[in-house]
Amino acid sequence: MTPLQIIFLITSVGILGSALMVVTTRNLVHAALWLVVSLFGVAVLYVMLSAAFLAVAQVVIYIGAIAILMIFAIMLTRRVAKDSGPQTNPNWTWAVVVAAALFGGLTWLLSSWNGFSTPIPELSSRADPLSQLGQALVSPNAYVLPFEVASVLLLSALIGAIMVAWDRRSG
Amino acid sequence: MFTGGFDPVNILAILPEISLIVLGLLILGLDLALPEERRGILGWVTAGGLVLIIGLALAISRPGSEPILLWGGMLRHDWLGFAFKIVFLFAAAITALFSMDLFDSGRRGEYFLLLLAATLGMNLMASAADLIMLYLAIETTSIPLYILAGFLTKDDKSTESGFKYFLFGAFTSAVMLYGFSLLYGFGGTTNLYGLSQAFLEGGLSIGAILGSLLLILVGFGFKVSAVPFHFWAPDVYEGSPTPIAGFLSTASKAAGFAVLARVMLAVFPSIAVEWGAIVAALATATMTIGNIIALAQKNIKRLLAYSSIAHAGYALIGIVAISYLGVASTVFYLIAYVITNLLAFGIVALFGRVAGSDDIAAYAGMSRRSPWLALGMMVALLSLSGMPPFGGFVVKFAVFAAAIQAGMVWLAFIGVINSIVALYYYLTILKYVYLYRSEDEDKPLPVSRPYAIGLTVLSLLVILIGTVFAPWFSVASSAAAAIFR
Repeated sequence: MTPLQIIFLITSVGILGSALMVVTTRNLVHAALWLVVSLFGVAVLYVMLSAAFLAVAQVVIYIGAIAILMIFAIMLTRRVAKDSGPQTNPNWTWAVVVAAALFGGLTWLLSSWNGFSTPIPELSSRADPLSQLGQALVSPNAYVLPFEVASVLLLSALIGAIMVAWDRRSG
Repeated sequence: MFTGGFDPVNILAILPEISLIVLGLLILGLDLALPEERRGILGWVTAGGLVLIIGLALAISRPGSEPILLWGGMLRHDWLGFAFKIVFLFAAAITALFSMDLFDSGRRGEYFLLLLAATLGMNLMASAADLIMLYLAIETTSIPLYILAGFLTKDDKSTESGFKYFLFGAFTSAVMLYGFSLLYGFGGTTNLYGLSQAFLEGGLSIGAILGSLLLILVGFGFKVSAVPFHFWAPDVYEGSPTPIAGFLSTASKAAGFAVLARVMLAVFPSIAVEWGAIVAALATATMTIGNIIALAQKNIKRLLAYSSIAHAGYALIGIVAISYLGVASTVFYLIAYVITNLLAFGIVALFGRVAGSDDIAAYAGMSRRSPWLALGMMVALLSLSGMPPFGGFVVKFAVFAAAIQAGMVWLAFIGVINSIVALYYYLTILKYVYLYRSEDEDKPLPVSRPYAIGLTVLSLLVILIGTVFAPWFSVASSAAAAIFR
């Protein structure tokens, strides 16, 4: 086993374990903190794949902004940050069966692919993924159109969020 | 890196989309500038602007006979995308007209902006040729629609409907995105036509491709509300504002079909037999279950929801045929279906607002209250059930013909049986409208001007498609030619 594989296994256990804690813990603030751990694990995975920019973006956006915003939202909106209702419903056995079947199916599907056992190719040290990414995002022969559409999507989501949250009578 | 000249055709091809954004910003500006009592004109501006954009698109953005990839392979400028774009713009214009009476005051600007954003997403869905573009387009369509479905925040049913739509949509699009990521991993490219090449070259097991195809089908099945991904449709249609329910059941569904046809036929020709069987099973289940559950409905919006599920099944038949005629018949079917269902939902919206009820029993005596409205209802329902001389007849004929040409007589047979079942519940509504009496017969049904314009245009188009169908079919054929080239 290579060192990279060992780090991957540790990280995956960390991600999955903390993700499980997010949905099982009864305290909402704890759930948000476990989410931070899980998201940080994903950032580690990006680093292992030599995607440095994605890793930084993951930390800054998901951990720095979204998770912190969630914690603030929990603090400001709920008086009791604890959930006392039942955590499962009668269908949970079916959910387990479906999830297990899906996991087995996807594992089988991926293991039938010859890329499954290929080691990660080394990036050449002269490659500069960040400037390539920057150029790809603004080049009309690459991704400028999705880039611009994303801004329209964000604008309409923003307006929609204001619309849903803002009560005109009290505003 | 990423060099190459910039052809002005790139801009011309997305001129309708650019104009949609400009129109949206104009609406937003007017919403700020106009005093509250004059904001009623925003609906007219939206509808008029959309009609202008349709004219602009027809005059300038028409694709040539040869499809071309633009914007670095993000979009494919062809007749399939273009025909659907015109349908979406038209449906949005009609929806804007029908939405004008929805509110007493305020909050109109956001509504029309979100409608335009969703239309923009649909336009891009129809011509996207890259997984990244496709996913963004689907989200640009869905997110404004989630909000529009829950737009009446004071109404519990509308809020529930918006939230339910959001949960289903988020879940299915996550599954679909996972399928996209597998496709990218297997094929090594995000371009649909590049993926098709990679899969045809071989070296990948059928199981791997088929597995990712199934994941993608979850997302597409949700968009077109095919069984077993249909559970959201009746609840969402019932709760959301009726013009939005009409928009969801027509344009949003047609956008799903545009993507389905392009992705299935362009990316997966190497496993056509396998996915043909899967989609045939989906079509059979969708038609049958939609129609059978529709029989028991008491609320007209729920009934139309189940009927629109069944119609997705009929339209799938054309895709199952995997042929030139098949795709042409599906496009033709969707053109007629969009117009007819908009008409039905428009009348339901008008009636529901005046009479305050969406129960089928409330339609008793409608022909005495407003003969013209009742006539419109009859045109819509008879066309939906596939009666000549209305649009629904010729298009059903076309999809069944495609199935028979592809050697799937059994599928056409199931379709015909289902149409007969469907005739029963459509006629039940007409029975209430024409034969039953009620105490409210002397109360008139006032038809406001936007509704009068919208309903007249739609009724005439339904009859026009059913009688003069050659030009419509030739458009659908050019759309099909764009795929099989």
